[in-house]
Amino acid sequence: MGKKGYFGRFGGRFVPETLMPALYALEKAYTKIKKDKSFWKEWKCLLREYAGRPTPLYFAENFSKFLGRELKVYLKREDLLHTGAHKINNTIGQVLLAKKMGKERIVAETGAGQHGVATATACALLGLKCVVYMGAKDVKRQALNVFRMRLLGAEVVPVYSGTQTLKDAINEALRDWVTNVKNTFYVIGSVVGPHPYPTMVRDFQSIIGKETRKQILKKEGRFPDYVIACVGGGSNAMGIFYPFAKEKGVKLIGVEAAGKGLDTDFHSATLNVGEPGVLHGMLTYLLQDKVGQIKGAHSVAPGLDYPGVGPEHSYFKDTGIARYVAADDKEALYAFQVLSETEGIIPALESAHAVAYVISHKDEFPEGSLIVINLSGRGDKDVASVKEYLEGKEPYDA
Amino acid sequence: MTHNRALLLERRIKHLKASGQVPLIPYITCWDPDLETTEKILWEIAEENPACIELGFPFSDPVADGPTIQKAVVRALKNKPTLEEFFEFVSSLQQRGFSVPILCMTYYNILYRYGLERVVRDSLESGLAGFIIPDLPVEEAGSWLSVTRGSGLATVFLVTPTSSEARIKRISRVSRGFLYYVSVTGITGARDRLPEDLTQRLEFVRRLSRIPVAVGFGISSPEHIKLLLPHADALVVGSALVKIVEKEGRNSPKKVREFVKRLIHYGSS
Repeated sequence: MGKKGYFGRFGGRFVPETLMPALYALEKAYTKIKKDKSFWKEWKCLLREYAGRPTPLYFAENFSKFLGRELKVYLKREDLLHTGAHKINNTIGQVLLAKKMGKERIVAETGAGQHGVATATACALLGLKCVVYMGAKDVKRQALNVFRMRLLGAEVVPVYSGTQTLKDAINEALRDWVTNVKNTFYVIGSVVGPHPYPTMVRDFQSIIGKETRKQILKKEGRFPDYVIACVGGGSNAMGIFYPFAKEKGVKLIGVEAAGKGLDTDFHSATLNVGEPGVLHGMLTYLLQDKVGQIKGAHSVAPGLDYPGVGPEHSYFKDTGIARYVAADDKEALYAFQVLSETEGIIPALESAHAVAYVISHKDEFPEGSLIVINLSGRGDKDVASVKEYLEGKEPYDA
Repeated sequence: MTHNRALLLERRIKHLKASGQVPLIPYITCWDPDLETTEKILWEIAEENPACIELGFPFSDPVADGPTIQKAVVRALKNKPTLEEFFEFVSSLQQRGFSVPILCMTYYNILYRYGLERVVRDSLESGLAGFIIPDLPVEEAGSWLSVTRGSGLATVFLVTPTSSEARIKRISRVSRGFLYYVSVTGITGARDRLPEDLTQRLEFVRRLSRIPVAVGFGISSPEHIKLLLPHADALVVGSALVKIVEKEGRNSPKKVREFVKRLIHYGSS
C-alpha cells in the first residue's frame, strides 16, 4: 500500500466531513487491536467454538471426475460455518472491536440478508443493539432472512430510496452513521467502503486463505495452481486470495456475475466492464453511465448484486495479481445443480458462480491442475428462488 | 477589479452582512422537476438579492442528503441531465445578465468522471462561481485543489460539529469563497430544532476562519434566521425550498421566491 488508505490508485475515504473523525478513531482502534494478541485470541476462540472454524478443505472427487481431464478440485467449505457463509468471520471481528471501543449500537447494510443475519447474530452473541438497513425490494424478496434478523433481536429498516437495493441500503447506513456517529459503529459487510474498512475486512476474512494454505500443503504437499472465488463486493475472494497473493505459481481468479449477459444492462461485472469512480467512500471500479450516475446491478445471486467492488480488487486487476472473469445466471444455475447432484452440496448462488466458471472453462485448465474453489456459502437460502427459475418464472424483478 | 470569483463572493457576503441585510444562500436542485422550472426559480429568487445560489447537480447516490433532497434528485434524474448541459445552462444565464453568483453542489464522482481539469476549464468559461462537494474531505482533495489553484474558483469545504479545532483550521485554509458550517451531526433536511450549542459553536468556528462562515443543514424558518444571523456570515436554506418545489412543481417559482423573501425580511426585521 502506498498513500495511506490506498491500494495503488484505489481506495481512500471519500466521505462527508462528519465521518472523518470517526474513521480516524476506527483506524486508531483497529491499529491498536491489530497488535493486541488477546483480541485475536478471543476472536479465534469465538470462531472455533461458536462459528465452527476451521472449515474443511474438501476434495470434491465426484465433481472432479465430472469435469474430467484429471482436474483435482478442492472446496473450501465456508458454507459449513454458523449462519451459512463466510460473513460471520468479519461480523464477529467488527462487533468485538465495536464493543472494545465502547459503542452501544451497531448499524449494518444488507443485500440478500446474509451479512445482516451474520451481524445480528454477532450482536445477539455480544449483547449490542443492532439496526440493519435493507433495500425495500430486498426486504420483499428475502422475507425469510428479514424474519431471521428480527428473531435475532435486530431492527430491520426497509430503504425506499434509489433502486431500493444494496447500494441504497449502504447509503442509508452511512446516513445513519453520520447522524449517530457518537455511539454507533458501522459494520460493513465486504471489503468496500472508506479506509480502513477494506483493509480491516480483508484481515478478518484472510483466515480463509491462511487455513487453505496449511490444509492444501498437508493434503497435496504443494500450493494449488488456481484459487477461484466469486466477487460481488469481494470479501470471500479477498479472504482466500490475499494469503496467496505473493505466491507466483498460484493463479487467482475472481468470478463476477454476468447476469443476463455482459452486453446487457443486467449484470454485476464491475471489474469486467466498469470504470473507475467514487462511491461509498472509495475510489474503485464502478458500474456507471457517462455522466457518473451509478447503474443498478443484476444477478440471480442477490449477494453479487452490487455496482462497485473492493478497491483492493481494482488494484489486483490493474496489476495482474488476480484475473477477473464472469459467469452468467444460466451458468450459475447449472453449477448449482451439478454440485448438488455430484457432491450432495447445495452451494449459495453466489458461490455457484465460481463453480460455474470451472465447469464452463474446464478445457482451458492444463490437465491435472490443482484447483481450490472458495465455497463461500450454502444454498439453503436460494432453493425457493432456484425452484421458481427452473420452473420458468422470474422470482423477482431485476 | 478582480476576476477571482472566490474573492468576489467573499466580498459580496461581507458587504451584505455589513449593510445589515440577510446574506441568504438558497439551494435548489437543478432539473427538479425540469430545467425550465429551475430557470424560473433562479430568476425569481435573484430578485431578492441572495448572497449566492447553491445549485445542485443531481447524483444517484447522495449520501449527505436527507429524504427531501433525495426525492428531488430522483425527479431531476428523470431528465437525464449531463454536466455539459449544466455548464451551458449557467453560461446562458450569465449571458442574459444573471448577476447572483452560482455555486454548484455535487458529489465527487460526477466531477471525477467529467475530468477535473475539464471541470475547471468549463466552469471558468460558463461563469460558474465554484463548487461545494460534500463527499470530498480535505484529505482527498489534493487533485481538486491542485487543478483549481490559481483559477479563482470558489472551493467551498465543510466543517461539522465533529471537526476538531485543528481540522477546522486546516479546512478553512483551503476553503475559498466561504467556509460551510454544518449545523448538525447528520444529513440535510428541515428541522424544527437546531442544536442548543449551535451559536457558540458558530462563534468558535468564525474565530478560527479567515473567510466568511456560512451555516446550513436544518435551517427552515425565519426564527432560525433571526437566531443565527448574529453568529454567521451567511445562511444556507435548502430542503425547506425543495419541499415547495416538491409540492408545487412547475407552479413553484413564485412561491419559492415568496418564501425566500419572508426569510430575508422577517429575519432582518
